[in-house]
Amino acid sequence: MRLSAVDLHCHRGGRDVFAGVSFAVASGEALIVIGRNGAGKSSLLRGVIGLVRLSQGRLTLEGGDPELSIAEQAHYLGHQDALKPSLSAAENLRFWAGFFDAPSLDIDGALDAVGLASLAGLPAAYLSAGQRRRLSIARLIAVKRPIWLLDEPTSTLDIAAQGRLTGLMQAHLAAGGLIMAATHGPIGLANTQELRLDQASPSPALGQDPDEEQDNP
Amino acid sequence: MNPLAAILVRDMRIAVRVGGGALMGVLFFLVVVTLTPFAIGPDLALLKRIGPAILWLAALLASLLALDRMFAADHDDGSLDLILMGRAPLELVVAVKGIAHWLTTGLPLVLAAPLIGLFLNLDAPAELALVLTLLVGTPALTFIGLIGAAIAVTLRRGGLLLAVIVLPLTVPVLIFGVAAANAAVVGPVPFGTPFTILCALTLASMVVGPFAAAAALRQEME
Repeated sequence: MRLSAVDLHCHRGGRDVFAGVSFAVASGEALIVIGRNGAGKSSLLRGVIGLVRLSQGRLTLEGGDPELSIAEQAHYLGHQDALKPSLSAAENLRFWAGFFDAPSLDIDGALDAVGLASLAGLPAAYLSAGQRRRLSIARLIAVKRPIWLLDEPTSTLDIAAQGRLTGLMQAHLAAGGLIMAATHGPIGLANTQELRLDQASPSPALGQDPDEEQDNP
Repeated sequence: MNPLAAILVRDMRIAVRVGGGALMGVLFFLVVVTLTPFAIGPDLALLKRIGPAILWLAALLASLLALDRMFAADHDDGSLDLILMGRAPLELVVAVKGIAHWLTTGLPLVLAAPLIGLFLNLDAPAELALVLTLLVGTPALTFIGLIGAAIAVTLRRGGLLLAVIVLPLTVPVLIFGVAAANAAVVGPVPFGTPFTILCALTLASMVVGPFAAAAALRQEME
């Protein structure tokens, strides 16, 4: 499986968020997206799965299921945890496993993998930020999808949980998955390549397009 | 579990837990209808004449209560992003969310209506007709409301806008719902005429609502 992008552009709110981004990730590889705040890391990840419209460029997935879109074969771990406070940890996870049609419902196993087995019955409202984060990571374990898109996955995690996440990511890569992660810190994976968004998009594009800007006094 | 069944179970569970909308709708319905006799006074003939209209208005307002959080809650906590990544068509997901909303807010109103009808001096045939019109008509309120809920999803204080968008669209449902309930009591039109139009409105809204709401959601997510 190989996910490749050629010359991606994203134009939002009157400026180019990023422009001319190209990359290729194959099974067993991790692409680490780095860049300053506002460089477009999150927009790039969301663009890959169609949650943000890319104004230009081509995304292709070779070796995937041709019947399904990229988004339907991907997991997205964003800034929001997608948890309902009134449901318990296990109920939240069981819902996502059911919604993504996981063939086997190993909820306990997935909770155990992120160290939340003892809190399965607790409403998500009572979980700490780090525990909520781990509960959303458990979704990636409960439902098998080959592409993981992780947006700052280690934020709010303690050292032990970061180590556990690295282990899960290594296992995912070893099983033939691929990962795109936007991060500021080191992630502790072998077999990674880096994509620097700062260089790919040198500056906000206001004023770069002479045709558009002529009208402004 | 099937994706759509998962949505149905989750939405109903959230609605009946603490902070959910299920009980709130029925209580609001009870309060509005109970206040009416106090405001109008003990004129039994008048209460009987306007009873169906009062119950329908209260049901309309009560079904709006939980609507504004239907998609906004999923949008705010990031669930909507993931729902868009699922393999279930968004139109069906939206329709199932509508069904869950009706089961937790519309159906309780229908069940509470006979009890409440007593406060408004309705006799048995009128009550039966009224319950029947509410049973058939409240799904239309939910499915028309879906459109407003989807349009208002990214707005803060979307609930106010929701009411402004949805209430005018529900006018036909209100007209024929009340007309059918009145026809059963006083005539002169037979009950069947407005009632079948009410059925048609509900069926049409069940088709149009999910498609329009899904289109609005897709538009806003980009």
